[in-house]
Amino acid sequence: MTTASETLDAFSGGTVPLKKRLRQAERRKKLLFGALILPLAVFVLLTFVVPIASLLKHSVANPEVHDNLPDTVALLKGWKPANGVPDEATFAALARELDAAKGGPGIAAVARRLNREQAGYRSLIMKTARAVPLEAGVSTRNTLIGVDERWGQTEVWQALRRAGEPITPFYLLAAVDLTTDEHGDIAKAPAEEAVYMDVLVRTFGMALIVTVLCLALGFPLAYLMVSLPTRHANLVMICVLLPFWTSVLVRVAAWIVLLQNEGLINQLLMALGITDGPIQLLFNNVGVYIAMTHILLPFMVLPLFSVMKGISPVYLRAAVSLGCPPFKSFWKIYFPQTLPGIGAGALLVFIMSMGYYITPALLGGPKEQMISYFIAFYTNQTINWGMAAALSAVLLAATMVLYVFYARYLGPTKGAKAKAR
Amino acid sequence: MKTRLLASIIAGFAGFATVGLAHADVTVISFGGASQKAQDKAYYQPFATTSGTKVVAGEYNGEQAKIKAMVEAKNVNWDVVEVESPELARGCEEGLYEKLDYAKIGNKGDFVPEAVTECGIGTFVWSTVLAYNADKVKTAPTSWADFWDVKKFPGKRSLRKGAKYTLEFALLADGVKPADVYKVLSTKEGVNRAFAKLDQLKPNIQWWEAGAQPPQLLAAGDVVMSSAYNGRIAAAQKEGKNLKVVWNGSIYDFDFWAIPKGTPQKEAAYKFIQFASKPENQRVYSGEIPYGPTNKKAVGGMDAAVAAGLPTAPANLTGAFATSTQFWVEYGEDLEQRFNAWAAR
Repeated sequence: MTTASETLDAFSGGTVPLKKRLRQAERRKKLLFGALILPLAVFVLLTFVVPIASLLKHSVANPEVHDNLPDTVALLKGWKPANGVPDEATFAALARELDAAKGGPGIAAVARRLNREQAGYRSLIMKTARAVPLEAGVSTRNTLIGVDERWGQTEVWQALRRAGEPITPFYLLAAVDLTTDEHGDIAKAPAEEAVYMDVLVRTFGMALIVTVLCLALGFPLAYLMVSLPTRHANLVMICVLLPFWTSVLVRVAAWIVLLQNEGLINQLLMALGITDGPIQLLFNNVGVYIAMTHILLPFMVLPLFSVMKGISPVYLRAAVSLGCPPFKSFWKIYFPQTLPGIGAGALLVFIMSMGYYITPALLGGPKEQMISYFIAFYTNQTINWGMAAALSAVLLAATMVLYVFYARYLGPTKGAKAKAR
Repeated sequence: MKTRLLASIIAGFAGFATVGLAHADVTVISFGGASQKAQDKAYYQPFATTSGTKVVAGEYNGEQAKIKAMVEAKNVNWDVVEVESPELARGCEEGLYEKLDYAKIGNKGDFVPEAVTECGIGTFVWSTVLAYNADKVKTAPTSWADFWDVKKFPGKRSLRKGAKYTLEFALLADGVKPADVYKVLSTKEGVNRAFAKLDQLKPNIQWWEAGAQPPQLLAAGDVVMSSAYNGRIAAAQKEGKNLKVVWNGSIYDFDFWAIPKGTPQKEAAYKFIQFASKPENQRVYSGEIPYGPTNKKAVGGMDAAVAAGLPTAPANLTGAFATSTQFWVEYGEDLEQRFNAWAAR
């Protein structure tokens, strides 16, 4: 009887109410789990969140002029271009600050930043820096205009003011082919510089084609693998995985050997009399599509295979035995059940292809370069990290939009919800 | 325990540093490849035997970021660096290189005037030329206008994937005189004109990026003509490839020796540069690879066949012109960006 009364006691509250005890137990469990994933959380924070945050910061940061010419920038805040060039105090501040920055990395940073506003301003800054400090008692304004007449025009001061803002939309706007005009309004970039929207569309288009190709090749392969006896299926699986274990660079180099004008494929085609001369397979989209599909195929096959493995053949047999024609039963019964695999595989392949760099860089011509190429160009070659960060931010945003779309309309939770309904 | 470990590591590094000082080696960084082999034979080995100072040779690809990091961290372990002209101009302004004391190098008047600059002394002259595969073209091309003439010379061509050494050639093909090229390119109309000319040839262009590519593309018959560095073509000719060079419309430039600011081996660095700037040593270098000497006295006494193959040979200089460092420092970033946008379209 005691046990029954104890139980009753526990239910009715007793010394410590059950609810509370339960909550305590839950909390302990949560803390334990939290402690277990803490290393992972720290790792993700350090290697993922922090770099992305710093990348986003870089895409709007504009410290060069602001940090090196602080007084000039402060004085320019109150200046109106309509009243002509700034006053003597601004000129004097500029001369003083250029003199202080001279010979160090500061002056070079200012010159490089201003040259992005208008090519030619680099030498203006360097020339002026060589002319300072000025003799005491002369008019700084007249002397500087004497050094270079551009100081007597308002354009250079406007550029200095724009470049002196601590935060700039300059790079982000440029990454989507926009710019600011002289009134500070957003305007379209000049046609010869507008390229990034095209590149973004191209990146999406190429990723889509690679995804479709992977699906077209991967679906029958995965289907074959589930229908084969285990021993043979394992063999096919090894064939799928083997290239997966080889370095991407090695596989790309192998494709160059195969696809080049004097390569195996062209020699074979010519020997068979299919073509007279070599077909251009390299440095155009053909080579890039072939290699990217080859590299990304396992990412499509593996999720498809794991989903297909879980589909019982009973449904298909039942449909056929009830008189449904084979293709229709496949289409109506089997195919819908593979959708989660298609969704996962397609998303994986699509998102990976969007960031592809080395394969198009080595196998494609300039017309096949995706957005990563431009990010690398700005990072390594012109050392314009603002622009590289802005393009990365655009790529990141595009990927996020895509993922949200997937999660809402195609993802596994969506399927579960539909079933629950 | 931990502190002791740390201390021993630090001591180890310090030990390395003192060993380095005791031997007083001089670390010379150049661009590698065939040129470095020639430098080894002409400068590094003889310098070690005559002065007793060993040369530690290294190579890089001209990345100024590395030098910048060393100088800013005040831990410079490169003593002499080979630098190209726009990088030298920028680095000099940014304070990455020592201002040279020419008393320790030689008589300024012995060198061609362009080789003498504030932070670097020119070591050789190289050239970007029009090269063609003599087995594949029936008549020899003679100018960049021929390069653009796809009717007379059918087949693909190759150009460097970048604005530098591409826009200049487009303007030459469009009839601009060598002396006016950079003046025209400084204007917006001039840049548009160069790109319009490139538009005409775009379907026939195969781009190259590394200097080793043009001789390969030419020898394999992928392209019939290409812009190329003259030293690379000479190396391919030595291997028996029937490649020819057109000097008309070629652009020459200097590579310089410079001393990164704050190197502890400054005196040894000066001694090395002085040695490498002597006419007899430059003569050996030019014999190994056809890049021209900067010391005017080096040309005298040179083998006639070697002298005729240099970018600086009088016959080769007709129609050739020097690249404008000032122009590329100023407009380089802008034009490279625009070129990239144009090529991607």
